[in-house]
Amino acid sequence: MNDQQALYQYLLLLGDSPMILGHRLSELCGHGPSLETDIALTNISLDLFGQVRNYFQYAAKVQAEGKSEDDIAFLRLAHEHRNVLLTEQPNTDFAHVIGRQMFFDTFHQLLLEALRDSKDEQIAAIAHKSLKEVKYHTRFSSEWVKRLGDGTAESHRRMQDALDHLWPYAGELVQESPLEKQMKQQGIGADLEQIRPLYWERVNAILREATLEVPENSWFQAGGKKGIHTEHLGYILSDLQYMQRAYPNMSW
Amino acid sequence: MSNSLENLEQSFQDRIDRGEKIEPKDWMPDRYRKTHIRQISQHAHSEIVGMLPEGNWITRAPSLRRKVALLAKVQDEAGHGLYLYSATETLGITRDELTEQLLAGKAKYSSIFNYPTLSWADIGAIGWLVDGAAIINQVMLTRTSFGPYARAMVRICKEESFHQRQGFEIMLTLCRGTEAQKQMAQYALDRWWWPCLMMFGPPDAESTHTEQSMKWKIKLKTNDELRQQMVDQTVPQAELLGLTIPDPHLKWNESRGHYDFGEIDWDEFWRVVKGNGPCNKERLEARRKAWEEGAWVREAALAYAEKEAERTAVSAAV
Ligand SMILES: [Fe+2]
Ligand SMILES: [Fe+2]
Repeated sequence: MNDQQALYQYLLLLGDSPMILGHRLSELCGHGPSLETDIALTNISLDLFGQVRNYFQYAAKVQAEGKSEDDIAFLRLAHEHRNVLLTEQPNTDFAHVIGRQMFFDTFHQLLLEALRDSKDEQIAAIAHKSLKEVKYHTRFSSEWVKRLGDGTAESHRRMQDALDHLWPYAGELVQESPLEKQMKQQGIGADLEQIRPLYWERVNAILREATLEVPENSWFQAGGKKGIHTEHLGYILSDLQYMQRAYPNMSW
Repeated sequence: MSNSLENLEQSFQDRIDRGEKIEPKDWMPDRYRKTHIRQISQHAHSEIVGMLPEGNWITRAPSLRRKVALLAKVQDEAGHGLYLYSATETLGITRDELTEQLLAGKAKYSSIFNYPTLSWADIGAIGWLVDGAAIINQVMLTRTSFGPYARAMVRICKEESFHQRQGFEIMLTLCRGTEAQKQMAQYALDRWWWPCLMMFGPPDAESTHTEQSMKWKIKLKTNDELRQQMVDQTVPQAELLGLTIPDPHLKWNESRGHYDFGEIDWDEFWRVVKGNGPCNKERLEARRKAWEEGAWVREAALAYAEKEAERTAVSAAV
């Protein structure tokens, strides 16, 4: 991979996780447990899609094949997506939604803090702008983990169940892929080695405060960053890509 | 005694006639309170149920730009619901009680949301026509006598006109697009036109609340006047789009200075109001599901807040 191709792929990696997570959150719009949480989750989805647009507009420019942000968002095959498996996990219940969000937000904030120093000015600018939003996401999701963990017996049980289910997907975020290593060496990408201990420290602190147990399982599922996904992704894409596939080459 | 009540009612009506706003703490006739609880909560429920047909296309929106705009639009409607529930609560009822009324089928919401969204163009048609019809109603309501309702309407109307422009712009893009897109737009108009005209309610001759509502300025124009306004405003827009309104009787009437239009199928209107529209069951079911599955979340939030309050109290005592 030459530098330009690597940068393009890295932008997909940065944009795909927010896109798939934003999609999952958008499925909930109108169905939240209260109006306030409905509005808040939609807000997070909106922020994430805004970030996706920034990454993909830039990716289209880097690729220089005359493609648009929508070509990149809607016309890739499943194995060409680089999002982590966590983001594909379904909205089983509100505890799963919140748990998934807490893992992602905790990582996302650390990632963006690091990317502010990227040598690539465009990435640094996107990170700078997105960080303000993501700090709010982190506060929202970690506070809800505490509320559910330390709320009622039922909410505690549900939150613990959700954590146990999501835990195997929590590690991939901080596992460095060859692409991320290459980008780090070029001074463009974030250093996941540095982020990893901070990430676990923060996650553990949130769980402790929420009176939840850190799951014991230490085997982490991975594969998303190189295009090997869960069975969920195909269904997500069939919704996400429906219009562009059914009505190709049209403007909307 | 009855004399003093009459006096109170008379001076209340005088205030309305002078154009004064009635505020929640002011004295008001019981019927005024009840009517407003019914109407404002019905309006709030409509905002919330209205999120469902449009929400149906968020995951399948055709471009990132449209997806973001639709998410923001549906979120606005949630905000309108929140704002209107608060206005209703000033009359002495809680949001939970109002929600229970909706789920029990005791409270109504706008029947338009009992129709399905079958294509992307429906999202354009809803913004253009449904938000368009809502604005006609709500602009009138900015001058209504109950202060919190009137103020809510001022704020909400601004967003609704943005929604309408956005919906029209979706339609315009489709109509300037390929044959398939134009057809999608026409089919959507075919399905949404008549239900939109029904949004203004039964014809004046059959409308039961009109007179009292006019006295309290909940209504400043009759259903038929508002409906006529909708037709007159929409026909030129449809022409601009190059779409055909599905009404063979639609014709400009020079002497009236308005468009004449065909007979509305009131049987369909009442059928949908009474619960037998294409999506009545699905809409209520979706709201019930969200409410019931959210119960443990709301309980947890409450329990946590109580624990937090206790913790602060204890640490303050120490
Ligand atoms: Fe609204
Ligand atoms: Fe609206």
